[in-house]
Amino acid sequence: MIKFEGVHKWFKKLHVLNGIDLHVKQGEVVVVCGPSGSGKSTLIRTINQLEPIEEGSLIVDGMDLRSKKTDLNKLRAEVGFVFQQFNLYPHLSVIDNITLAPIKIRKTSKKEAQEQAMELLERVGLAVKRDAYPTQLSGGQQQRVAIARALAMKPRIMLFDEPTSALDPEMIGEVLAVMQDLASTGMTMVCVTHEMGFAREVSDRVVFMDHGVILEEAQPEEFFRNPQHDRAKQFLKQLLSPMH
Amino acid sequence: MLKYTFDWSIVTSGKYFEWLVSGLKVTLELSAVGIVCAFILGLLIAVLKMSHYRPVRWIATAYLEFFRNTPLLVQIFFWYFGSYKVLPAAVNEWLNSTNFEFAAAAIALTIYTSAFIAEDIRSGILSIPKEQMEAARSAGFSYLRSMQYIILPQAVRITIPPLVNQFLNLAKNSSLAMSIGVMELTYQARQVESYTFKGFEAFTAATVVYLGLSVVITALMDLYNKKVLNPNRA
Repeated sequence: MIKFEGVHKWFKKLHVLNGIDLHVKQGEVVVVCGPSGSGKSTLIRTINQLEPIEEGSLIVDGMDLRSKKTDLNKLRAEVGFVFQQFNLYPHLSVIDNITLAPIKIRKTSKKEAQEQAMELLERVGLAVKRDAYPTQLSGGQQQRVAIARALAMKPRIMLFDEPTSALDPEMIGEVLAVMQDLASTGMTMVCVTHEMGFAREVSDRVVFMDHGVILEEAQPEEFFRNPQHDRAKQFLKQLLSPMH
Repeated sequence: MLKYTFDWSIVTSGKYFEWLVSGLKVTLELSAVGIVCAFILGLLIAVLKMSHYRPVRWIATAYLEFFRNTPLLVQIFFWYFGSYKVLPAAVNEWLNSTNFEFAAAAIALTIYTSAFIAEDIRSGILSIPKEQMEAARSAGFSYLRSMQYIILPQAVRITIPPLVNQFLNLAKNSSLAMSIGVMELTYQARQVESYTFKGFEAFTAATVVYLGLSVVITALMDLYNKKVLNPNRA
């Protein structure tokens, strides 16, 4: 479904992705973790070409992202993206945030788009907020709407870029629950997150990155019980007991 | 001793009152055409100026710098006395059969004001966080559609206060059209003064009417801001 082969990317002189090889199969849930500045956000942003790559090959849902013939708008319509800062459209109500892209891009009728949007809002537990505006919602609610907005396009892949990092601790659970529910439906998911509980219980594989390189790739139990790389050991130690 | 005797009746009724009313009508037409066209053109130039393609940006920049850095009166004279000299005879004939003074003034006002409006809208667009564009692109919208549905609706709202200024300037600047014989409000006030020597009354009346026009424009934009754009939106 997603295949990185020898992918490199630079920001000016900074080598942010240094030879990435990664293969995500259909229906797989992959968690990408690592210290800040490790390149994990850049990695996930290359999958829908918010960040172009300079070297190597990247195939997403059968589309070659290095090829000039690939229609990026079409690719992005098939790939849902959830941001750390939610990025809802502040001038539109919740329901309009969700129905805009289906109506304008998928050419779904307004009535049908609204019915689908209501189903999604039920699923994320926010049906009563259909006419609210983003600023009237809490961070956790905004993120759940953002997930519903991405799902409204019926994407084949969902990408999450630190979806809970901007949330107050008591709101993290409600967003993770929605993500867990989504994973159970067989959605292909790539999540950059520090939520190790989610990684352990929901993911099929954990990818650990540092300095633009994938240092470790393992099943969650294996990764948490017996990390191989020193940087991974250190990272987990700091994450699980930040006081030391 | 004041020798001047005031006669306000000339501007409140009769022939001269009708002259002023017909002048106001032309001023309103000129302002309405100018505001609508300058806004649309300004929006377009603002988007062009932010294009990914360098030549397109250059064209937009040249347009902006040229038209906002030359006097409006010169631009009016250019369109009226200059432009038709380089047009084919057939076009000229047609132009003469139309109200060419009005058209030249409307074109000059539109182009001049659109340059200022474009810069205001562009600063509005730049104030929208870049994550909004990323969210729109991620959903599969093209650059232009993202602008249309997500960026511009937010940017225009932020731009309303400076836009009101530009609309007011346009309405007041329309008085320069008298210089090429457009029979708008200032032209008619001048006519009333010539016929009656009641310059104080004639221009006081014109002043009051311009003031009223400005108040109406401000009030309409305020209403648009409050009612059409939902107050709950950020």
